[in-house]
Amino acid sequence: MPAFIISRVLQALPVMLAVALISFAMFAYVGDPVAIMLGQDYTQAQRDALIRDLGLDQPFFVQFGTFLLNAVQGEFGLSYRLSRPVIELIAERAPATLELALTAAFLALLVGVPMGIYTGLYRNSWLSRFFLTFSLIGVSLPTFLIGILLILCFSVWLGWLPSFGRGDTVQLGWWSTGFLTASGLKALILPSITLGLFQMTLIMRLVRAEMLEVLRTDYIKFARARGLTNRAVNFGHALKNTLVPVITITGLQLGAIIAFAIVTETVFQWPGMGLLFIQSVGAADIPVMAAYLILIAALFVTINLIVDLLYFAVDPRLRVGGAKGH
Amino acid sequence: MSNTQPLLEVRNLRVEFPTRRGTLVALDDVSFEIQPGEVLGVVGESGAGKSMTGAAIIGLLEPPGRIAGGQILLNGRRIDNLPYKEMRTVRGREIGAIFQDPLTTLNPLYTVGRQLVETMTTHLPIGPGEARKKAIEWLELVGIPAAAQRIDSYPHEFSGGMRQRVVIALALCAEPKLIVADEPTTALDVSIQAQVIALLKTLAREKGTSMMLVTHDMGVIAETADRVAVMYAGRIAEIGAVRQVVKHPSHPYTIGLMGSIPPITHRLERMQQIEGSMPRLSAIPRGCAYNPRCPQVFARCREERPELTPAGETRASCWLYDAESEQQVLRAGAHA
Amino acid sequence: MNAVARFFDSDLWWSFTRNPITVISAIVAAICIGGAVLAPWIAPHNPFDLASLQLLDAFKPPAWSPEGDPNYLLGTDDQGRDVLSAIMYGARVSLLVGFLAVVMSVVLGVSAGLAAGYLGGTVDAVLMRIADIKLTFPTILIALLIDGVTRAALPRDVHDQIALYVVIFAIGFSNWPSFARTVRGSTMVERNKEYVQAARVIGLGRGRIMVTHVLPNVLGPVLVIATLQLGFAILAEATLSFLGVGVPPTQPSLGTLIRIGNDFLFSGEWWITIFPGIALIVLVLSVNLLGDWLRDALNPKLR
Repeated sequence: MPAFIISRVLQALPVMLAVALISFAMFAYVGDPVAIMLGQDYTQAQRDALIRDLGLDQPFFVQFGTFLLNAVQGEFGLSYRLSRPVIELIAERAPATLELALTAAFLALLVGVPMGIYTGLYRNSWLSRFFLTFSLIGVSLPTFLIGILLILCFSVWLGWLPSFGRGDTVQLGWWSTGFLTASGLKALILPSITLGLFQMTLIMRLVRAEMLEVLRTDYIKFARARGLTNRAVNFGHALKNTLVPVITITGLQLGAIIAFAIVTETVFQWPGMGLLFIQSVGAADIPVMAAYLILIAALFVTINLIVDLLYFAVDPRLRVGGAKGH
Repeated sequence: MSNTQPLLEVRNLRVEFPTRRGTLVALDDVSFEIQPGEVLGVVGESGAGKSMTGAAIIGLLEPPGRIAGGQILLNGRRIDNLPYKEMRTVRGREIGAIFQDPLTTLNPLYTVGRQLVETMTTHLPIGPGEARKKAIEWLELVGIPAAAQRIDSYPHEFSGGMRQRVVIALALCAEPKLIVADEPTTALDVSIQAQVIALLKTLAREKGTSMMLVTHDMGVIAETADRVAVMYAGRIAEIGAVRQVVKHPSHPYTIGLMGSIPPITHRLERMQQIEGSMPRLSAIPRGCAYNPRCPQVFARCREERPELTPAGETRASCWLYDAESEQQVLRAGAHA
Repeated sequence: MNAVARFFDSDLWWSFTRNPITVISAIVAAICIGGAVLAPWIAPHNPFDLASLQLLDAFKPPAWSPEGDPNYLLGTDDQGRDVLSAIMYGARVSLLVGFLAVVMSVVLGVSAGLAAGYLGGTVDAVLMRIADIKLTFPTILIALLIDGVTRAALPRDVHDQIALYVVIFAIGFSNWPSFARTVRGSTMVERNKEYVQAARVIGLGRGRIMVTHVLPNVLGPVLVIATLQLGFAILAEATLSFLGVGVPPTQPSLGTLIRIGNDFLFSGEWWITIFPGIALIVLVLSVNLLGDWLRDALNPKLR
């Protein structure tokens, strides 16, 4: 088990390094950071001094090393646009994005998995056909349009739910949460549905496809031939085998949710990291983009590691360390 | 034959597959019976309908295949039209099944012990503790060494032959009266095939279990079965006691089949090969399905379908053994 | 039998005619694509002809509402532009971007997949590792990054000029791994088949074998993925444009129209954003339905 974790961590390292390199390249070579930092008027001496301060006169690998060292400590420099430390900006906005993403992921799993199981088991019932059609519409609807339609319905026409912002938040240490106030929860409803709907339909279709695949296998046929109850066959044997691929995709989708939060946050003016990122892209604010990229990569790598560990728990074939009997 | 009520009776079974270009008849007018304690071998080329017959008996035909006619009776009770829930209590409890490939038959995510225990607790009035004890006994019985330790192993920790032994234990553990074994040794190494067949034979005799043994290996049949049914293009060509079918085959197809293995009959002087190949289900000829390949074909074979009739020591579906066509037979014999 | 007759006798055509949803979506897709391609000739107005725009006609609701103007079937926007015509021209841009992006993904992905699957070894390991890393990141994020970097690297006016190509590149570049993986898998199967061995024995070059022997055999799945990816590419473009980093406002796509209209949602002029939205959904949905059907029809295992 520890060997397994270590090998996975070692595999993740090159990914993180590659991402860091891209971030660094963006940071160092795109645009002219020195000119941007100095503003309109500066002398050549000031410029040289800043270059020396920033270490931009050092060789590439020294610069990259410094960049890595700083990044590990959460030091990403100042935002060009807001002239504040990038890490501060991100820390302020991270809770909003994470709360939104987790709620959406929870919603997607809670609804998507049972729907997938149902449509896989009863593939010809009218309800399955309805779910499938619904899911196809879900996949074809762009996230931002779902948001717009929900706002039109529930904010503009019915006036039930807020169309922007997080509502009132409560400060728990450095973490600001919207879970504890009525207006915070109300504000969460539309964005989390918007963000979760696409993932929900995706998870449903995936679970269904896997379920159909598993139901065709010999061991399911054999389980039926042994006279096991439908319940034992479908929810024991079939579902457990379906879980393995579902865990992977769900893990990947959690990453996708955080990325798609960019869109949802734009539609609902949700004060999270995504909104910060999109504003930075618009303003070519490289330090924020670079930091966001590294953070997202770290998040994905962590999620992948958790996914691998879950595999380990579900599939006994992995536990023997590759020594296949036979 | 015996006068007792047969354990399994299949009467005029017909299985159809509706497809885009019309309905395919996969099994047509298949009738046979299996007596208590008897081993019936079913042989034929791939696609002849052997496995399909087994699947129909355990009620697990792959959709869109369906039973379109005939009856299947177990101890005199019809089981071909049982609702799913009732059929479930028949499967495993009254009819056990063994599949071809032991590598894919066991659920990879459950230990063999768990799979044995769940089968027994589903069908027998015993608790998990007792079921586990019996599971170890079963593993010992099928020849798994150190069964008490191996019970908590996962399928991938066993070799192919050992896995098939586990599958046999799973098929037998709820003490069914009939086993449907579909090519139980085909996927195994040749060196292990004999062991597994011997095990099946011994266990069936000890437990008094009947068996329907589907295989394309005539050697296995000769060694294991009491009676044999030879299938061709979804029908039974010939059925009878193994000795008789092997030594005195009646149907030209069986004669050809026996001729294609080293000769043990006195009728044939040299090894033969059957010309041509079995027709596809979508192109079964009129009359006897074998007529295009049959060396003794005559006019009636191309027009009417023969039914099983007594033919020497066995029963064969062939016009050669029909009283009405004896004249033609003589003429056909003269031509040959 | 000639090719056309063979096509109409094929299982593919049979399953097509048997499936009413597929037929309907094919017709709808054809109408959408036809309307978009022929926009300059059949659109009721030219939304880019500034001379014909009447500010007096701004904010007209759809023709069927009391204040509607029969000249403007789906109403007009803040500039007095006909929404229907704007949709037709916008769909043109959306389709163009989606189509070219998929072509780019296909070219990149198929080449990478063929090379990885046929050559194996280090080439395979490196290419697939890159694909893995790429797959870890969602399309939208990659596309945003590419857009952000070009924005930072180029002066504004230059960026605006090439923005369309940047978007195509960003989307095309972020989708190639799904093609590469499929093609690699099929190539590895094909590579070991006898006909490829035979071609190798004859002494054909590796490149020649890959293109003339292996490639035609892996195109089926590529076609299916391409159809499904077209829907995704159109959505990706719309999303980027909605976020304001997609195609330039001088060439509005459906996403741009929705973005512009979104500002008027609260003041009650819902038609400016909703109709382009519906057009986008209908277009993508019909393409996706076709892709879904194609996948099921070419993969009988799933039926």
